[in-house]
Amino acid sequence: MQKQLLLGDEAIAQGGIDAGMSGIYAYPGTPSTEITEFVKASKEAKEKNISANWAANEKTAAEAALGMSYAGKRTMTCMKHVGLNVAADPFMNSAITGVNGGMIYVVADDPSMHSSQNEQDSRVFGKFALIPILEPSSQQEAYDMVHYGFDLSEKLGVPVLMRITTRLAHSRSGVQRKNHVKQNDFKLPEDLRQFVLLPSIARKQYKKLLNNQDNFLKESNNSTYNKYINGDDKSLGIIACGLGYNYLMENYPDRKVPNPVVKVSQYPLPVDMINKLYDECDEILVIEDGYPVVEEMLKGPLNKGKKIHGRLDGYIPRDGELNPNIVGEALGFPKTKGEEIPSLVAMRPPSLCKGCSHIDAYLALNEALEPYTKGRVFSDIGCYTLGALPPFESINTCVDMGASITMAKGAADSGMFPAVAVIGDSTFTHSGITGLLDAVNDKSSITVVIVDNFTTAMTGGQPSSALNRIGNICKGLGVEEKHIRVMNPLKKHHEENVKIFKEELEYEGVSVCIPTRECIQTLNRKMRAKAKAKK
Amino acid sequence: MKKKDIILAGVGGQGILSIAATIGYAAVQSGLYLKQAEVHGMSQRGGDVQSHLRLSENEVASDLIPKGKADMILSVEPMESLRYLPYLHKEGWLITNSKPFINIPNYPEENLIFDEIKKIENHVLLDAETIAKDLGTSKAANMVILGAAFPFLDLEFEKFEEALKFIFGKKGQDLVNLNTKALKAGRQITENKLDKR
Ligand SMILES: Cc1ncc(C[n+]2csc(CCOP(=O)(O)OP(=O)(O)O)c2C)c(N)n1
Repeated sequence: MQKQLLLGDEAIAQGGIDAGMSGIYAYPGTPSTEITEFVKASKEAKEKNISANWAANEKTAAEAALGMSYAGKRTMTCMKHVGLNVAADPFMNSAITGVNGGMIYVVADDPSMHSSQNEQDSRVFGKFALIPILEPSSQQEAYDMVHYGFDLSEKLGVPVLMRITTRLAHSRSGVQRKNHVKQNDFKLPEDLRQFVLLPSIARKQYKKLLNNQDNFLKESNNSTYNKYINGDDKSLGIIACGLGYNYLMENYPDRKVPNPVVKVSQYPLPVDMINKLYDECDEILVIEDGYPVVEEMLKGPLNKGKKIHGRLDGYIPRDGELNPNIVGEALGFPKTKGEEIPSLVAMRPPSLCKGCSHIDAYLALNEALEPYTKGRVFSDIGCYTLGALPPFESINTCVDMGASITMAKGAADSGMFPAVAVIGDSTFTHSGITGLLDAVNDKSSITVVIVDNFTTAMTGGQPSSALNRIGNICKGLGVEEKHIRVMNPLKKHHEENVKIFKEELEYEGVSVCIPTRECIQTLNRKMRAKAKAKK
Repeated sequence: MKKKDIILAGVGGQGILSIAATIGYAAVQSGLYLKQAEVHGMSQRGGDVQSHLRLSENEVASDLIPKGKADMILSVEPMESLRYLPYLHKEGWLITNSKPFINIPNYPEENLIFDEIKKIENHVLLDAETIAKDLGTSKAANMVILGAAFPFLDLEFEKFEEALKFIFGKKGQDLVNLNTKALKAGRQITENKLDKR
């Protein structure tokens, strides 16, 4: 079969489809979104009856995947790095329960924060949960590792974490597919108490996980994805993790590194190889994208052994994504660079689309808030976060999904009045509902603005979990019906919308305003599809 | 050809990925290795976007092109073409559309941008929209720009024709023909420029 040009994300999706996966569960998040989108769009996946699902959030996604594993089937759950914070509870505990059918957590980190609030490194989380981690260095490896990862998960009886980064997720390359694997038959766990984490059982399960660590290490030491590559120049030994290996190779056009190299793509660290490198070489350089995880492990807090170079001693910058230049300089090569960027080149930050409903919502909200001092609007994550930038400058916070409502509540409880939360429809169903319930129960005086554009726009227009049910959810949570105000964010309704905002800002209690109008991107897409259908 | 490293530049929504897909298809049909790093996410909302496209006879290591090593910057917007100059090799080519995409209040004066572009000895500055419009639709502008890059790509023209058939074939032969014409028009501009040298 000819190679297929696939994004790293798509390679993982295709890997799942080919490796006997029965279901995939995810909440969108750059750079992980395309995995699930690919499975959803795949004809093969449909023919194989693979269940592809957008969940309300990463926690519900991970738990559904764990349920599928319980039933003996292979399953995958995908999220961005901060999504793993939301799914941390099932993640940590599924390491203790172990799996029945193979289970892979695919978590996409975003070093340099191209589209994220932080650049946390999920390998730390994998280590925390004490499970094996796979870190592919290419699209082909990503594809192959899904097959390998399911086998490994079933062999070791634990979920496996596959950690990728933006660069691999969103880069395309040729991928050679493997033979199809049949899906598992439905099969209950042999021990029906395996998943009952009552303390007495959990203690046993945890011991089992601890005793299993030696096996994880053995797998790493013998893994074909970890390699010891010899070199004559022993003045420096190099450890290159994941994509770091490619940046290393890029600096040697003949692909021959003079120093010994350990390529790491599976954890726990292949200690046998690392030991050999350490013994043979005078100093060590660690090349890893993300946090200095491996570097820190080798150095330890005392740092008394041989010199270990990397992000902690400035050989490589402490933050940000790796690239071939950074690695080249760490290796002592001269800087390469073209012309400087001419000074007239202006920044071009992302902005709300022309015709976006959030624009009209912010213009009305800004006007309604004019009488008050600034700094009262807690917001959240989505396209509407761009309202922090000029010309709107409408919002004052963006922390984590759902934090708008709860932070507004805390500020209101401290006496701030009015206190406003601005949150998108998908963010509301992801993590806003519980916070609103808190506010209702405590009768906190907040005005919650749910900017409902019928979709998860920021990540490319995935469906909104509670389409057309946002108002009813608020009612169900106990928000008074007369303080649930649906509005139409259009220029022609501006005066009316300002008036509604003003009234609700002055209300002492929980009020919800819902500017409701479809995302201009999804609308245009639908119109184009309609026009095409007519032809 | 040993390798071609290309930075594709533009503004989110201008469709640089369609250019990348066309080159990618032609490259794969020519038996080359390829890596193509794209920008998805936040910046696609009208921000600056770029794609690193790497073609080679040998396997490609890094998804990113090292600074100072790009053989070409291919841009659908003039100011954006300048943003990636640190990547361009001294002998590399800068090929860019001349039509500005203005979605920021402090967009520099057009002529000053053109002056900067002209400082790069190896450049092709072309008005792809107008050329495409003359052919029937300004929508084919990206193919005009790609055509202008063709003489430097070391790939056979037929492979591009195949690529257009593959990409636009479903939408009808007319569209394939139109895009092929656009490709040829762009190619002509660069070839004329090279003839004059
Ligand atoms: C925990 C977590 N999961 C996912 C994301 C990625 N993400 C950021 S915004 C967003 C969608 C927001 O959709 P919505 O609230 O409807 O706002 P819109 O973009 O449509 O305006 C997603 C999925 C994230 N930042 N954090």
